[in-house]
Amino acid sequence: MKKDKILMSGNEAIAEGAIQAGCVFYAGYPITPQNEIIAYFARRMPDMNRVFIQAESELAAINMVFGASATGARAMTSSSSPGISLKQEGISYIAGAELPSVIVNIQRAGPGLGNIWPAQSDYFQATRGGGNGNYRVIVLAPASVQECYDLMFDAFNLADKYRNPVMVLGDGLLGQMMEPLEVNSQKSKAKVYDKPWALTGCKGREPNITKSFYMVEGDLEESNLRQQEKYKTIQEKEPLWEELFTDDARIILVAYGSMSRIARGAMNKLRRQGKKIGLIRPITLWPFPAQAFSRSAASKTKYLVIEMSYGQMLEDVLLTVNGNSPVEFYGRSGGGVPTEEQIIAKIGQL
Amino acid sequence: MKKIFGKPEALRERSTHYCPGCGHGTAHRLIAEVIDELGIREKVIGVAPVGCAVIAYDYWGFDCSEAAHGRALAVATGIKRMRPENIVFTYQGDGDLAAIGTNETIHAANRGENLTVIFINNAIYGMTGGQMAPTTLKGQKSATTPAGRKIELHGYPLKISEMLALLPGVKYIERTSFDSVPNIIKTRAAIKKAFQNQIDGIGFSLVEILSPCPTYWGLTPEESLRWIKENMAREFPPGRIK
Repeated sequence: MKKDKILMSGNEAIAEGAIQAGCVFYAGYPITPQNEIIAYFARRMPDMNRVFIQAESELAAINMVFGASATGARAMTSSSSPGISLKQEGISYIAGAELPSVIVNIQRAGPGLGNIWPAQSDYFQATRGGGNGNYRVIVLAPASVQECYDLMFDAFNLADKYRNPVMVLGDGLLGQMMEPLEVNSQKSKAKVYDKPWALTGCKGREPNITKSFYMVEGDLEESNLRQQEKYKTIQEKEPLWEELFTDDARIILVAYGSMSRIARGAMNKLRRQGKKIGLIRPITLWPFPAQAFSRSAASKTKYLVIEMSYGQMLEDVLLTVNGNSPVEFYGRSGGGVPTEEQIIAKIGQL
Repeated sequence: MKKIFGKPEALRERSTHYCPGCGHGTAHRLIAEVIDELGIREKVIGVAPVGCAVIAYDYWGFDCSEAAHGRALAVATGIKRMRPENIVFTYQGDGDLAAIGTNETIHAANRGENLTVIFINNAIYGMTGGQMAPTTLKGQKSATTPAGRKIELHGYPLKISEMLALLPGVKYIERTSFDSVPNIIKTRAAIKKAFQNQIDGIGFSLVEILSPCPTYWGLTPEESLRWIKENMAREFPPGRIK
């Protein structure tokens, strides 16, 4: 049966996916190149009797999301790189208080104000935790408009399942480009989780407290260790990735998000010429899908990591491969986007 | 025998960490009494600040959230918008509400969020060791104004309640004082009105309390009460502001 498809931008697909996944609270602050997200929520939420707030700052927006999440609601905010830097305080508190919030970062180039061109230079910030303390954020990296939509369901499900912040990491290219989207794809399913910890008023139970603060000696260490156990479980159970032609590949390209689309184009061109090129596309950036690299450890495979940065995911690939295979890198940033031709030229040098 | 005085249900059986003569214990109790009197303990969600009252939730017997320093009114906005049927209040000090959180304070007030704010003004940062607050008085010594607050260097004591009163979204502001028993009783009435306003859907209501900090004022508890009356209350006159 032919499914109906609609044409949408990545940003709009993120908003629509969130709404279909049960997001009832959105707070955000305008910043390019993600403004279609906030405008989409502004249009849709009031009619559905859900909450939309244009906050006075990114700080206020993430803290409003903290409050909404504390009541057990599915809540999210979105921004772009410099705005995400401002949200780091709130993300650290959300992680510490173990609240299930979703944060979307449609990356632009940096540092500082940078420019509004696409980039992948916030990988470290996203996967290492840009705020203070020992914490992890689950990071999902869509590579198509369809995946922008679908991964919003995973984002909210994972956030609720683990009581942990989840970041959806895209870039200006992905956010702005339009592709056909199937809005009722079988994959997308919002799950419902019990939230006995939520702040709802203490009728018929002991009071609930949402906090990241532990003053008594040993209490914070205990909380940290409990969270480390949770992170271990996430690392075991939740890595997602896509791989293409890795069985016979002599060179495996490693790229995520919109960069992987260009890498895939280069791979397809070279395979038509009979060259054995493959692709690993991490979908979860944290947990990093180390499993994808284990099979080729013994073979003579070379990896070529391609990013719109100067080598950030590269460090995770190096840690994973651990010297067992050669790892090369090609990247451009500051708004520069590696082209198929540049990738093919780099492969030619290997 | 009729019981005429006891611990409010909204207060836990626990002794506090506050210094002798501190106003926080009094403020916590008044809030708890009002919550009991209004019969809303099971509906209340409190938002505790960063500062000396950071663990206020350990003393109250109802649902509470922490908030990052200055962000209490953003957190409270998120809670109240999702749960309008609950009674949501923030408890904030002068640094929290009028320095690092000024933006969140002004915009929550300007949106007319139906929230209750209890603002403890003791003209000093207590938790971090007695540094200058936005409300520190002219000439007042602190860890960061060792020679006293100088207007030309540090600016004026910030009258945030008067600023907020200019906003049409704000429905009720009263400044009260802990300098005497009658004024504590007045404070209780103001707190009750600020909660009742939320119950009645009237909107943003704030009570600013001039509250003693003997430790960082370098005074005895008794001298502190006199200092409120003779110095603080001149800069920050108690009474209905809006």
